[in-house]
Amino acid sequence: MATTTSPERQGTEAAPAATPVRPARWRNARNRDRLLAAVTPLVLLGIWEVLVRIGALDARFFPAPSSIFGRMVDMVSSGELWTQTWASLQRLFLGFWLGLIPGLVLGAVMGLSRPVRAALSPLVSGTYPIPKSALLPLILLVFGLGEMSKIVMVAIGVFYPVVLNTTAGVLQIQPMYYDVAKNFGAKRLQVFRTVALPGAMPSIMTGIELGAGLGLILIAIAEMVGAQSGLGFMIWNAWQLYSVDTMYVGLLVIAVIGYAMSLVLGWVARLVTPWRTDR
Amino acid sequence: MIDQHASSPVAPAQEITVSVRGLLKQFPAKDRTVTALDSLDLDIPRGQFFVIVGPSGCGKTTLLRILARLEEASAGRVEVHGSAEGRPENSMVFQGDSIFPWMTVWDNASYGLRMRGVPAADIRETVGHYLAKTGLTQFSDCYPHQLSGGMRQRVSIARAFANDPDVLLMDEPFSALDEQNKTLLQGELLRIWDETRKTVVFITHSVDEAVTLGDRIMVMTAHPGRAKAFFDVPFERPRDVLELRQRPEYGEMVYDIWQHLRDEVDHSQAATRPPERRRWFRR
Ligand SMILES: Nc1ncnc2c1ncn2[C@@H]1O[C@H](COP(=O)(O)OP(=O)(O)OP(=O)(O)O)[C@@H](O)[C@H]1O
Ligand SMILES: [Mg+2]
Repeated sequence: MATTTSPERQGTEAAPAATPVRPARWRNARNRDRLLAAVTPLVLLGIWEVLVRIGALDARFFPAPSSIFGRMVDMVSSGELWTQTWASLQRLFLGFWLGLIPGLVLGAVMGLSRPVRAALSPLVSGTYPIPKSALLPLILLVFGLGEMSKIVMVAIGVFYPVVLNTTAGVLQIQPMYYDVAKNFGAKRLQVFRTVALPGAMPSIMTGIELGAGLGLILIAIAEMVGAQSGLGFMIWNAWQLYSVDTMYVGLLVIAVIGYAMSLVLGWVARLVTPWRTDR
Repeated sequence: MIDQHASSPVAPAQEITVSVRGLLKQFPAKDRTVTALDSLDLDIPRGQFFVIVGPSGCGKTTLLRILARLEEASAGRVEVHGSAEGRPENSMVFQGDSIFPWMTVWDNASYGLRMRGVPAADIRETVGHYLAKTGLTQFSDCYPHQLSGGMRQRVSIARAFANDPDVLLMDEPFSALDEQNKTLLQGELLRIWDETRKTVVFITHSVDEAVTLGDRIMVMTAHPGRAKAFFDVPFERPRDVLELRQRPEYGEMVYDIWQHLRDEVDHSQAATRPPERRRWFRR
């Protein structure tokens, strides 16, 4: 046969897809996006500071950024901020895994097994709409005022989105992929590892991201009631002592934790789902 | 059937790889059973490129899925005689996009070998060979979304060939491609196939494709699917796709087969239209 190179291959050789080439314009746009993202908050803080100084904003409710920052420096040097942050981070970390692992396992089993799904999905979907914060008194009753009640609150927050998204993720996999696996001789565990898990992974990561966000909300709430440490406690305590600066410091740290969490999880998602284009 | 190309359903004495006798396949529907395949007999000798043509919905995919053991026959016998221990019985190129979006080209093409636990060195050699043959070597590390439709179909073909089965089952592998890509891939397929001359069961609804590729062609009836006529394709191998299509004998053969198929296509459209309309009112 005389045909040697296809037009399709000639066309793609110019820019091998193996090393994606990004146009310069695209890179510039991305740098500009980053710059804008950093500048906007700084400008707003500047305006805030000015408004407080000229008396347009009530400093009792909206203390100037400079005084919040001053308070933060004090709290850092006294070590207090770190103590409270560390207490919250520990609970978040433990609660995250306590919710994640059962959520993943149960979600996968529910996705793969129709009887298990039939037995458990009414239970899961039925309890899901209960506001998790409304469970706090019950959790305090069962697990006491110690660490466990806070960890469990975080775990509940992580569990639901993970279990629901894992089930949905496994279910939306096209049946054809299971046929392919079977036709190419994959055994049960191989089918799970090569089809069910990667097929559900994008959805699982969405569940984890939602769960982590919910966990952060719940830890703050849980620490406001019956805790002697943590950022939630710090904020609540600041309200009682009327130390508004401290309250803002707490909010700021929580915001930073949330942002860092979403960065880390976004990075993990890109790592475990490298085939996705929309990330 | 008074036809110069038509031939009998039972092939001359040769080593038979695929043997089907009295195959019946019924699907339960709401108020009745749908008969997809009925009293189908088939013998495919080792090394034959066997092509099935038939109107849409006549049961081609169902037949292939039964051969692949992804579906159970309702009655009848289906046998595939293997040639060597440890070699997979069949590998399928599925209708539509079937390569895993979450695996690279390399991981897709090596899938069957990896699942069977073939030594890494052998995998590297075999998969490397078929990726080279399909022109995908430089795309080994790409994910399917980075490929064109034609390239994705090549991966699917490489995956099936690399698995080195006794029988290759192909379900309209080129039907979603444009004319140029189709011709290109038909040529590539013939060249790869010429290396090993594996038994192939190839489904298409293009008569042109059937005559271009096949050694033997089965035309199926619509609803239920039965064997209507068999044709032996006389053209020598290796074939040149474009050269072949210029020949007058090629045109005659295509015309012949169309004569048999035309009634079935008309029939199948007449049979499918009314129920589809009624469905609108029911739901
Ligand atoms: N799982 C199933 N349940 C019920 N009916 C089915 C099922 N699979 C196929 N059928 C029916 O069997 C018949 C044959 O279907 P099949 O998919 O084998 O057709 P086909 O020849 O491959 O068509 P096409 O050329 O459009 O791919 C159709 O009438 C279809 O509705
Ligand atoms: Mg089909």
